[in-house]
Amino acid sequence: MHTRSLAVAAGIAVALALSGCSGGSDTLTIYSGREEELVAPLIEQFEQDTGTDVEVRYGDSAELAATIAEEGDGSPADVFFAQDPGSLGAVAGEGLLAELPGESLQRVPERFRDPEGRWVGTSGRSRVIAFNTDELSEDEVPDSVFDLTDPRWHGRVGVAPTNASFQAFVTAMRLQQGEEQTREWLEAMKENGVRFYEKNTPIVEAVASGEIDVGLVNHYYLYLVKEEQPGAPVANHFLPGDDPGALVSAAGVGVLKSTDSGEDAERFVEFLLSDDGQRFYTQRAEEAEYPLVAGIAAKEGLPPLASLGGPTLDYSSLGQELERTLELLSETGYTS
Amino acid sequence: MSAGAGNRPPLTLVAPAGVVVALLQLPLVYLAVRALGSGEVWKIVWRPRTLELVVSTGLLVLGVTAAAVVIGVALAWLVARTDLPGRRAWGVAAALPLVIPSYVAALALLGALGPRGLAQQALGVEELPDIRGYWGALLALTLTTYPYVYLLCASALRSQDPALEDAARGLGHSPWRSFFTITLPLLRTTVGVGAILVALYVLSDFGVVSLMNYDALTRAIFLQYRSLFDRTPAAVLALLLVVLTALVLLIEAWTRRRARYYRSAPGPARVPSTIRLGRWRYPALGFCSLAVGVFLVLPAAVLGYWLAQGIENERDLSFPWAETVDSLTASALAAGVAAAAALPVAVLAGRFPSKRTRLLDRLGYSGNALPGIVIALSLVFFAARYASPVYQTLALLVFAYVVRFFPQALSGASSALETVNPHLEEAARGLGRGPLGTLKAVTVPLARSGVLAGAALVFLSAMKELPATLLLRPIGFDTLATEIWTLTTVGAYSRAALPALVLIVVSVPVLYLLSADRRPQSGGG
Repeated sequence: MHTRSLAVAAGIAVALALSGCSGGSDTLTIYSGREEELVAPLIEQFEQDTGTDVEVRYGDSAELAATIAEEGDGSPADVFFAQDPGSLGAVAGEGLLAELPGESLQRVPERFRDPEGRWVGTSGRSRVIAFNTDELSEDEVPDSVFDLTDPRWHGRVGVAPTNASFQAFVTAMRLQQGEEQTREWLEAMKENGVRFYEKNTPIVEAVASGEIDVGLVNHYYLYLVKEEQPGAPVANHFLPGDDPGALVSAAGVGVLKSTDSGEDAERFVEFLLSDDGQRFYTQRAEEAEYPLVAGIAAKEGLPPLASLGGPTLDYSSLGQELERTLELLSETGYTS
Repeated sequence: MSAGAGNRPPLTLVAPAGVVVALLQLPLVYLAVRALGSGEVWKIVWRPRTLELVVSTGLLVLGVTAAAVVIGVALAWLVARTDLPGRRAWGVAAALPLVIPSYVAALALLGALGPRGLAQQALGVEELPDIRGYWGALLALTLTTYPYVYLLCASALRSQDPALEDAARGLGHSPWRSFFTITLPLLRTTVGVGAILVALYVLSDFGVVSLMNYDALTRAIFLQYRSLFDRTPAAVLALLLVVLTALVLLIEAWTRRRARYYRSAPGPARVPSTIRLGRWRYPALGFCSLAVGVFLVLPAAVLGYWLAQGIENERDLSFPWAETVDSLTASALAAGVAAAAALPVAVLAGRFPSKRTRLLDRLGYSGNALPGIVIALSLVFFAARYASPVYQTLALLVFAYVVRFFPQALSGASSALETVNPHLEEAARGLGRGPLGTLKAVTVPLARSGVLAGAALVFLSAMKELPATLLLRPIGFDTLATEIWTLTTVGAYSRAALPALVLIVVSVPVLYLLSADRRPQSGGG
């Protein structure tokens, strides 16, 4: 009996394999580390506008980066649409991303793209301090992350040490203030009872519930949490000047060298950077990222992109600098 | 002495078993390629940080395994052997947490008992002790894993030959004494198999340790992939998990007594006598209520609360039809393939015992403690490079499930074979049947219910699987688990509650296969 079942199973497997063969060159395959809930409507719009067939694999940006690296030249992906410069940098570092055409690149400020032109930012986000509006008025919220080591904030602050955005923030602090001062800040925060969370969303939820009073997060998580709890008493405070807590970062896109749909892939990049594609980030309730192309205004209620401070940083160096940041976070007991 | 002892196993058995076990080793080959290709292996292994991770992982495995065994055996015994009031209902309720994915359990426990959770609001207190960390991880993982022990033990207790217990009772032993001197030792193999499943589950789980902020090896492996993009340290840590797996299997084998567990007579077992609890039934009921309350009612209530909130806030709640169909398809295929693949390995190890067949059997467990992401990336590596027609097809996803959950199928088949008396097979051989004919006419029919139970376990695990599904599913193939993930990553718990409840509800009928009273059948049917 078992041999028969095995034969049947093998038969099913082969049949599935054959029927499952997909991805001819007329379909554009996108690996998206950006959440489906956020970008699916944008991709649909691209399909409608251009008549291109698109297939999207959603996942975690870093895991998809690792997947592309393991796939090597055999990758079915044509486009990698990622949450952070780090993931794009990792794939570029494996030599798997093609150079993008100049016209697309030129639309985005230099600080939001790869100097070698292998990926380009598509939307921006700012680090902010989210605060509980029942407990605090905005002028009580500090204008610098360095003020949070004051005993007044003992046990009231939340961070997400394993989150890529937090790690980019620490890298920015290291490059701006130096290793020692960053270590001192991390240690002082720890002594001051800083609380750890796994991701940004739980921090904003904890601020909303009053578990903590302030949290270091990206600005747009506020809108996701408001969607779930419309009346939640939580708001964002944007830090002025070049405080590392005001770091502006980007989600971005790159085209794989191994693509067999190069034209469609470039058209997708073009679309993301077109006026329509950029305006998308300002249209829906839960979307509040910054368009990066000049002339497209940010969502109402957000300070304009040009007014945002934050440290100036070479994003392409973030990837290489990350290793030292992780060592520092591990030495100070923030992560493994 | 077993039927096959001294016989050379037939090639028709060795070949499929060998192929199956060889395929299961793919993740190990991948890890070796990744880890040994660099000169940093020992540097990573000897870091003090690595030792800390191994110790904290070990503590969690020990804690969860102990808790799951105590709770699982106690519930099984109460339900299968005593006059506990309402024991049929308790029997079903106690098995139900098996269908709750561990990350959903952790989310729900945090929603209920976490800081500013429902319990705190309901009690109106300022602050409850923070459950995140070791105890929260222990609680969520015990919830997810004790049903393995419970189900295996309940079915073993029901089919245990009462002859020995009756003899002990006849000699004047109290029910308690005969429980500890007869019943428990007879359960030894079953508890061992259950404990292995629990321990390996804990080693491989990522969702709970991540949500509960507990520093286990899997969390460190994920962090390596997520933030450093360096696959060498992740591979080294994953190989450490394989070493821990070997350790778990060795400990289990070491504590196992040399004993035979099959019944002397092949006919239908007599129904074991029911033990009267008397006034002990109140503490027994209290224990059952506490277990079912914490492990089932609490998470279900939190999910219900989230769903109600979603309805109240008029969130977009559409029934996940397509996801349900995809989940059922992939899981059913995985269950069938895994059960078929486990059979030759189980028969080989059970009926032709030798060092080699035993090694083959143990190798079947090798990859089970690996987190899903490692198995997924290893299959990405092999399939994208060397088997691109199957890459990102349903077939590869099913294969990944089989690799991850093979031991569950194997444990079902092995424990079923153990209760089949080899003398019956010898008789068949004596009547002129060949080894395969004997297998077909005697062994498989007798072991069928165990094989089915193993398949059901694989089915339930595959329904819940997330990390490998995310990377290996065909594009557009969304399961209930990936849908829950999609929604919880953006914090939309009120919308994630619906697919989570659907996942639980559609898994319940399969539990029936596991918890149904399965006595070994007598004849060849």
